[in-house]
Amino acid sequence: MSAPSTGGASRDGYGNALLRLADDKRVVVLEADLGKSTKSCLFRDDHPERTVSLGIAEQNMMLVAAGMASSGKVPFASTFAIFTERAFEQIRNGIARPGLVVHICGSHGGIHTGTDGSSAQSIEDLGIYRTIPNLTVMHPCDDLSSEELTMQLLNHCNASYTRTARNKVPRTYDNDSVKSLKIGQGSVIRKGNDVAIIACGIMVNEASIAASNLAEDGINATVVDMHTIKPLDGDLINKLSENIECFVTAEDHSVIGGLGGAVSEHLAKNCPSPLEMVGVNDRFGESGETKDLMLHIGINSVSIENAVRKVLKRK
Amino acid sequence: MGVNIKELENTARNCRKNIVQMIHKAGAGHPGGSLSAIDLIVGLYGTDFRFDVNNPNWSDRDRFIMSKGHASPAVYSMLFELGLLDQNDIDTFRQLGSTCQGHVDMKWTDGVDFSAGSLGMGLSFGIGCALAARMDQSQRKIWVMIGDGETQEGQIWEAAMAADHHKIGNLNIIVDRNRIQNDDFMDVQMEIGNIGNKFSSFGWAVKEINGHDMHEVVSAINWASDNNTEPCAIIAHTVKGKGVSFMENNPSFHGKAPDDNELAIAMEELS
Repeated sequence: MSAPSTGGASRDGYGNALLRLADDKRVVVLEADLGKSTKSCLFRDDHPERTVSLGIAEQNMMLVAAGMASSGKVPFASTFAIFTERAFEQIRNGIARPGLVVHICGSHGGIHTGTDGSSAQSIEDLGIYRTIPNLTVMHPCDDLSSEELTMQLLNHCNASYTRTARNKVPRTYDNDSVKSLKIGQGSVIRKGNDVAIIACGIMVNEASIAASNLAEDGINATVVDMHTIKPLDGDLINKLSENIECFVTAEDHSVIGGLGGAVSEHLAKNCPSPLEMVGVNDRFGESGETKDLMLHIGINSVSIENAVRKVLKRK
Repeated sequence: MGVNIKELENTARNCRKNIVQMIHKAGAGHPGGSLSAIDLIVGLYGTDFRFDVNNPNWSDRDRFIMSKGHASPAVYSMLFELGLLDQNDIDTFRQLGSTCQGHVDMKWTDGVDFSAGSLGMGLSFGIGCALAARMDQSQRKIWVMIGDGETQEGQIWEAAMAADHHKIGNLNIIVDRNRIQNDDFMDVQMEIGNIGNKFSSFGWAVKEINGHDMHEVVSAINWASDNNTEPCAIIAHTVKGKGVSFMENNPSFHGKAPDDNELAIAMEELS
């Protein structure tokens, strides 16, 4: 089994949100051939007149989106996370630098994508986009939170990059609790005073599993869904550090530059604390069923439990 | 509408003087590609290009997307003639805090519709502007200028393909075919061959002109403006550094400022 049959994939939430956003006539959707995968196809089916197919040409798509944004539209441009990286400089120079509000979605992020292999597994997107001024960077954990956060982009004042995942995971939120989410504010989904596990994307569910297992051993963990990597919710981390002495980050991303990098930068500058990072340890992925690959790479609930036990000894 | 060719030629001459002067004062900049492009820019603004100097951000204005953003002095000299920039603006070209950034930037300068500097991106941006205009059922037209060296960027051809696929009739491109790029002549660096044929094979209507003959420039702009069924490409054959003898066809003045003596000679030749 590569993913549970219940729950939701964050890419589905993105597609559902686009459909709901269609009421605003400024919203346009841009595709680079992968609409069926990113789920922008849902918008295309209902609103072909506001959907622009650009073919397998991501660099062109990013600047077409920028031109539309400069002309009063609210463009949502999506492709696989890895292929957005091909247009990194276009995003940097053509979108973020002039402050044009384009919303980019990169689906199939991380090694969770599985059997397609390393060429499709973006593990550096969050890190590289985090370096660009004027760009909000998000990675929601399930379909409902992806839908809610994408809806909020309609009135967001900056360009954004949102990474979604291909596979379904158990939901962290329900239809009520998801309404409390806000772009830029981490979401505390479990409270405990021994350690704080700060996770994003599909690793939020793994963090919850780890926290439950740790509780059986008397270790009480706070779990944070840090769906917005930039701007990072530093206030929340500061507040947690008042009562919690050590931290673990968990992400389906390189340990260099992503959520772990962002949290470590914040801790070092504001509230130095022991930190262990669970993520892809400076290597490329490979083909494999998702569950096998997560075990092989070392980014599952067991990896998080081990990291917690290690960081507790460093207090 | 009637166009006074003599008047446009005079404007272009004034622009050339300001191009050379502002680059000299800054001690840096790109005179060659600015001087090759200026007749085309003056010709465009001198025809039926729709804009409002009193409201440069008018949402239904035509757009001029200067993709070869290093030729910013050409754009600034035109905006100066139109009254959108003042003497202090162009005198502070490339200096800290100046309205006139090194490469044209829509965030810094009213009347600039695109933030350029990285070649190959402007045509794609123009497609976005053109599609938005079509969705809005607006009559606004989108003009993009690129350099011939810029056609070495693959994104130009991604965009050329998309403009045909979407039948974007309100989009036109002007190619400044001066045959020189940063390091050397194009036929040394990477010759593109017949650019007109290439655009034509991508489904564009194409016209080749002498980019320094104001009659031909105005006629070509009117031709492209009147064609609203397909994207149009004007391949303007130009001379890099046009108007200043020692800069003409000279790769070393792609990105070099004239010194004091060179400035004096240039101003004499342009007067």
